[in-house]
Amino acid sequence: MSLLKKSAVELVSLLRDGELTSADLTRAYLNQIEEHEGTIQAFLHVDREAALQQAEDLDRRRAAGENMGPLGGLPVAVKDLLCTRGVTTTCASRMLENFRPPYDATVIARLKAAGAVLIGRTNMDEFAMGGSCENSAFQTTKNPWDPERIPGGSSGGAAACVAAAMAPLSVGSDTGGSIRQPAALCGVTGLKPTYGRVSRYGLVAFASSLDQIGPLAATAEDVALLLEVLAGHDPLDSTSIDAPVPRYIETVRQPLEGLRVGLVTDHLAEQLDPDVEAAVREAVRVYESLGANVEEVSLPHSRYGIATYYVIAPSEASSNLARYDGAHYGYRTDESALQAELAAERAAAQSEQEEARLDTPLVRMYRKTRSEGFGAEVKRRIMLGTYALSSGYYDAYYLKALKVRRLIVEDYRAAFQKADVLLGPVTPSPAMPLGHFKDDPLGMYLTDLFTVGANLAGIAGISLPCGQSREGLPIGLHLQAPPLEEERLLRAAHMFQTATDWHRRRPDFVASED
Amino acid sequence: MSELPYKIVIGLEVHVQLATQSKLFCRCSTQFGAPPNTQTCPVCSGMPGALPVLNREAYRMAVRAALALNCEIPEFTKWDRKQYYYPDLPKGYQISQFDLPMSQHGHLAISDPKNRFEPKRVGIIRAHLEEDAGKSMHDEQAGTADSRIDLNRCGTPLLEIVSEPEMYSPEEAKAYLTELKLLLTYLEVSDCNMQEGSLRVDANVNLHIPDPEAADGPPIATPIVEVKNMNSFRAVERALHYEADRQWEVWQESHQRLGDVPKQTRGWDENAEITRGQRSKEESSDYRYFPDPDLVPVVMSAKETAEIRNQLGELPAALRKRLEETYGIKPYDSDVLVNQGRALVDYYIELAEQCGDGKLASNWVQQDVLRLLNEREISIDDYAVRPSAFAELLAKVQDGKLDTSRGREVLAEMIEAGLSVADAMEKLGIAEVDDSELVELCQSLIAANPKIVADIQAGNLKAAGALIGQAKKQNPNVNPSRVRELCIELSSEAS
Amino acid sequence: MSLSASDVEKVSLLARLLLTPQEIEALTSQLGQIVEYVDQLGEIDTEQVEPLAHAVELVNVWADDEVRPSLPRDEVLSGAPHRDEDSYLVPAVLGD
Ligand SMILES: [Zn+2]
Repeated sequence: MSLLKKSAVELVSLLRDGELTSADLTRAYLNQIEEHEGTIQAFLHVDREAALQQAEDLDRRRAAGENMGPLGGLPVAVKDLLCTRGVTTTCASRMLENFRPPYDATVIARLKAAGAVLIGRTNMDEFAMGGSCENSAFQTTKNPWDPERIPGGSSGGAAACVAAAMAPLSVGSDTGGSIRQPAALCGVTGLKPTYGRVSRYGLVAFASSLDQIGPLAATAEDVALLLEVLAGHDPLDSTSIDAPVPRYIETVRQPLEGLRVGLVTDHLAEQLDPDVEAAVREAVRVYESLGANVEEVSLPHSRYGIATYYVIAPSEASSNLARYDGAHYGYRTDESALQAELAAERAAAQSEQEEARLDTPLVRMYRKTRSEGFGAEVKRRIMLGTYALSSGYYDAYYLKALKVRRLIVEDYRAAFQKADVLLGPVTPSPAMPLGHFKDDPLGMYLTDLFTVGANLAGIAGISLPCGQSREGLPIGLHLQAPPLEEERLLRAAHMFQTATDWHRRRPDFVASED
Repeated sequence: MSELPYKIVIGLEVHVQLATQSKLFCRCSTQFGAPPNTQTCPVCSGMPGALPVLNREAYRMAVRAALALNCEIPEFTKWDRKQYYYPDLPKGYQISQFDLPMSQHGHLAISDPKNRFEPKRVGIIRAHLEEDAGKSMHDEQAGTADSRIDLNRCGTPLLEIVSEPEMYSPEEAKAYLTELKLLLTYLEVSDCNMQEGSLRVDANVNLHIPDPEAADGPPIATPIVEVKNMNSFRAVERALHYEADRQWEVWQESHQRLGDVPKQTRGWDENAEITRGQRSKEESSDYRYFPDPDLVPVVMSAKETAEIRNQLGELPAALRKRLEETYGIKPYDSDVLVNQGRALVDYYIELAEQCGDGKLASNWVQQDVLRLLNEREISIDDYAVRPSAFAELLAKVQDGKLDTSRGREVLAEMIEAGLSVADAMEKLGIAEVDDSELVELCQSLIAANPKIVADIQAGNLKAAGALIGQAKKQNPNVNPSRVRELCIELSSEAS
Repeated sequence: MSLSASDVEKVSLLARLLLTPQEIEALTSQLGQIVEYVDQLGEIDTEQVEPLAHAVELVNVWADDEVRPSLPRDEVLSGAPHRDEDSYLVPAVLGD
């Protein structure tokens, strides 16, 4: 059991030195999943046999003296929105319940080439829309620290499985905070890379100009290990940045001399849980004790982040999700029921005009398919985005939001003149009880306040554990850095983790096992 | 046409498939005619997670076409999503260009060899690049049965070329299309094959009617109708004629003006030779265009554009002018030659250069070469006689050693048996007739035909024709014009 | 701007969703709230600001015009809800 408390970096070296087989390690994680999945429900799909098969293949290759790649037989959990050839990829939606992509996402191909064992598919909010995993069509993942609470989202399964020691490494995606927020609420480390740093090819899109894939793990070092595998230019993604990938794992342990930390005052002025505020202020002291220079900075348009985000993201989503119409793949409504329904409507029509207004069978097929296949939150955002892009509203909403987006980017540019990294809270409060935001979508949206800026500006952000609330729930520290400065973020995070042990804390059921 | 009580106003929207090997945003083949759904991938079948990457060659071809249409190429252009639901559009949107197209404000010059309208420039509003949709097939016999969807064509690059509503007769519209097709084939950016759907035409048509209440004021415009489903240039011409008549009748009954009713779409029914109204979807016009976040803009400097412009080569209009000026042929003839495509023009030029008589070369190419190419449905590259051999033949015609009809026989022999001019003449037994021999022959004819001689002497020179016929009977190799010359000369001496 | 139930119904057709009267009622109020919140963007003077579609502003990303193998037909069609041996099948597109 103590195996599961080791870091990914430690495990890789044990595997490399032949002191541990991938099959044994994978079996240990599978057993942990088996034991606690009933409570946590982090995974939508675990194929025990397939995972062990991959591990054994890797062990055989190691025995034959082959290079295992940087992950060398380490299990990795994958959020269920990364297309994997022949493996059901659901996005936690009825719409894709049985969808098996005929191709691998670039990130999946990179993981395979790096010697990862793909141990399971993690739960999420449907199509990555939400911050609690309660929008999954299939199950609600529980926070390993308190199963009555949300794990966060949308990469809730990805964060919970690391917190519950069900996987050493986990891949999530972040559109408005979907890696950093669950990482904060589950007490793990999660990084949203610069837009374009990791290929989106094969990532089922939510909002294309904001989506980024990124790593979650217990420590900054482990995050560095996985990021190095995920990052890199991809000719299949036009928005991918063609810049060399630094050796994050080589540099992560090097402290930053004369680090300038910018404390984002706008984020402390908001209605913040006192425990969160105290933890963040304590983090400031930690950095000062490490020799960093802390200065207050302002992001004046940050308060418009949510409004901007909730125009741009739903608009893009309404378009990206148009392809789920029952014609080419995925769910389709029952056609005989549909025909019967239309026949009844025709019979009930009082006039020819009324009859002419009825949907054609094709239009009704689309509408029923989409209404039955999508959950409430997805429908809400499709409606919002369709409205924002529709004629007469485009300039007032979408175009306006794109302009404010530029102001937000300029705020960050100015702030990064004064600071190397920006520091603040990830979330306004620790994990909420399940169902807290039921019927209050706007309330839920407002909790993304501190995270959406990094997506709108395309910059890198990391969440790392920095404290606990009175109830013993994890609190996350948010660091942001300019584009392509992931290395700086990881080094700053590692500095913090050398001085604190929050990242080593585990929920009781994990800590008590040995 | 001027006697019509209205003016017909036509704008054309032409979609042309660009002749790339692979699709606009993925690397599937664009080859026509493959079995259904064998040329698709995650990108063009709209699978979750798949992303588009722009085909460099498609963009280059589009710029070439736009420059040849005298369009401005802005330095910045971007890609937008045009959103609507249709099963041949698997993403639920078409990647197209909305407010910042890759080119705009151009024109195309047209003229009519038959002079039915004055030469003019038709304005081009814009030309932009977009992806094609797939095909939906429906068996009408089967009634309510399902439609079948083939996505092979989905994602093929299309250039949409939108003209100003500046054509005022179906003939002008046809001339525009003909010239546009010629231009694009010269540029080698499209095969413009209408049968295979590489070129598709939609027309916007309405009438301008003089306002009886304000004779000097602006004319009354009738509602614009969009006409679709025209599968040949001939069909376009006929549909436009029909539509003008129909709209005039509707006007007389309804007096509806532009703006009184929503824009109507009608389809041309080739068999019935009428247009039929198509049901329009009330919300279909809200395409919710927005910039495609999966693609990045294209930025092209004026210098790069100029480089492409320099590589356009000689375009049809310039080529026609050069043929007329260099080889002294008439506009009608240069039009015929240039319309056959660059390869035939090159053949003609080589022939004209070698034989030194552009008009003679033009006559032979138009009458003899083109006829054979059409009959055999072959291209000039497969024509058996190369210009140098052809020029040798024309030299014999030029110095009277062969008349036109004998020349044709020689040409036929050269083509069929692959012979040189000399060998073909020998095979046909054509020997050059010695002039003294010819004088002898003519003298005998004059002696034998006093009546004809008398006619000639009376000034009826045409009568000599009968003597030529007799001479040819005696010796098929005689040169008729020399016979004529001699006979007239000898007749006058005989008096 | 406020949102009416009939706006919501119109948008639902545009979005190809079929909503129950209860959903329309709930969405009218929820979307109304969100739109009202978003309206605060109107406070900002953006007269001189260019819209920003991508935070990382790349240009001119191309692929060469080289044909690569397509997917085998059966893999493309394997997820189709309704198909025959070579095509996707959908309710008749005629009359649409
Ligand atoms: Zn393709």
